[in-house]
Amino acid sequence: MLWEIVIGLEIHTQLATSSKIFSGAATAFGAPPNTQACAIDLGLPGVLPVLNAEAVRCAVRFGQAINAHIAEYSIFARKNYFYPDLPKGYQISQYEHPIVGRGAVEIVLDDGTLKTIGITRAHLEEDAGKSVHEDGLFDAIAINDAATGLRYSGIDLNRAGTPLLEIVSEPDLRSPHEAVAYARKIHQLVRWIGISDGNMQEGSFRMDANISLRPLGATQLGTRAEIKNINSFRFLQRALEYEIDRQRELLEDGGVVIQETRLYDSVKDETRSMRSKEEANDYRYFPDPDLLPVALDPAFVNAVAAELPELPDALRQRLQLEYSLTAADAISITASQATAAYFNQLVQQIGDAKLVANWMNAALAAALNKAAIEISASPVSAHQLAALLARVQDQTISATSAKQVFEAMWAGEENGDAERIIAARGLRQISDEAALIAIIDAVIAANSQQVAQYRSGKDKLFGFFVGQVMKQTRGQANPAQVNALLEMRLRTD
Amino acid sequence: METSTVTRIAELAKLAIAPAECPHYAEELTQILAMIEQMNAVDTAAVTPLAHPLQLTQRLRADQVTELDQRELFQQSAPLTREGFYLVPRVIE
Repeated sequence: MLWEIVIGLEIHTQLATSSKIFSGAATAFGAPPNTQACAIDLGLPGVLPVLNAEAVRCAVRFGQAINAHIAEYSIFARKNYFYPDLPKGYQISQYEHPIVGRGAVEIVLDDGTLKTIGITRAHLEEDAGKSVHEDGLFDAIAINDAATGLRYSGIDLNRAGTPLLEIVSEPDLRSPHEAVAYARKIHQLVRWIGISDGNMQEGSFRMDANISLRPLGATQLGTRAEIKNINSFRFLQRALEYEIDRQRELLEDGGVVIQETRLYDSVKDETRSMRSKEEANDYRYFPDPDLLPVALDPAFVNAVAAELPELPDALRQRLQLEYSLTAADAISITASQATAAYFNQLVQQIGDAKLVANWMNAALAAALNKAAIEISASPVSAHQLAALLARVQDQTISATSAKQVFEAMWAGEENGDAERIIAARGLRQISDEAALIAIIDAVIAANSQQVAQYRSGKDKLFGFFVGQVMKQTRGQANPAQVNALLEMRLRTD
Repeated sequence: METSTVTRIAELAKLAIAPAECPHYAEELTQILAMIEQMNAVDTAAVTPLAHPLQLTQRLRADQVTELDQRELFQQSAPLTREGFYLVPRVIE
């Protein structure tokens, strides 16, 4: 049977505020345990939450970027469950009246067509703390604690109360590939508009996937499973692929999919059911009496919209139009604000957008990828690369030499100064016609046999002469010029 | 209300209720539900749901770090701490 895959994503993105969503404790990553957890974050009796204006502004900014309805009134609710890293016994979230309503983003499919993915809602909430269960970490205490023999988990509440924006998509995604494209789109967007650093290693961007299968052509959705806490795009792809196979096998064997929460284990590359006890949730949402409804003034909402930078989709289209770039080139250049700024600076300095795009998406992209760093940390600045590309443009150096110069710049040779690297390595292309003719004539004189063969019709030998000239010039001759001059000298006698 | 519902509510609320007590609670909760049924009978179609009894809206605070580290003070009231962590009985596996 043919199955249709139906996927929806819930993405939790940490907002880039200095302080928590409901308290004045810091949100910096990596502080010693519990040094950024104040009385409010700990849920001590008698404390009251006060909403962070910047978290609200970030949410509105996102809403504007996806063309969503921004709620004039939104309400915070308590989501009740017990877990040691949630000291209050409830998470402050939004339920019935989220701050951001329906919106949409566009993803580019493999064949270059655009697909609109609906966003159901986005709401503000607080993050929970972290539990540390590593074997052995607190077990020494257990050994000493002969009375109980208990093993322990450590709780760090630094993350408790960090503002999150939960972005919920419609079940519009039809393959793991589309799901990854959508997740990347949201990741790009939240960083682009500066509401999140999107750092996946630090947990600033976490994904839950709802996935179900239905017979192709069916209109009713199948029973879904939810895969929780995926923190990389690669794992998202693999978790979904595994889950599709699992559900398909189950359904084709006449079984049923149980609605449940599953966890993806990246080591075993499989999803597995969470124990039923952890699943036995009934969140008993109700409006948080400690927080009043949030009212947004239309003037404020409009002001936030006015502050938005040009969005990546609009910039992508503009680059394609203005510079005749391919969609693929324009997509990579609009990956982040930093990439786009780098591109802009280069184009301003040297003009040729296609040349810039080629270099950014080939040599630079490969080097950044290999070093696993962002363009903002690139050892070769846009200014430095511009100096190199200018020498490619005026044919001072050949394309092959340019790659060498780039590698030397990347390694920090001559302080990354293109001119000095070209001089130090003697890479200046020989374009002096008289000098080249002298070399060519010497090559012709030294290889009279090959010349005779060539003149009697063995055209393939042309490459041999090019090779000889390049050898004599240590690769520094301008290839186009060598070709033209060689042809001329070999023809005439 | 069934006694099984009482057991489930107790589990969600992390309350230790002896099986023998369940029928008693089932009976009491059923009476409460009857009262709620009575309230449900009121026609509220034209009433806007009330999110908060105060006719005010939320005040916002500026995004500034105002809380200093008071870990030592807070951890004095915790039963068990190590290396800055609060310790709780192991919660998984």
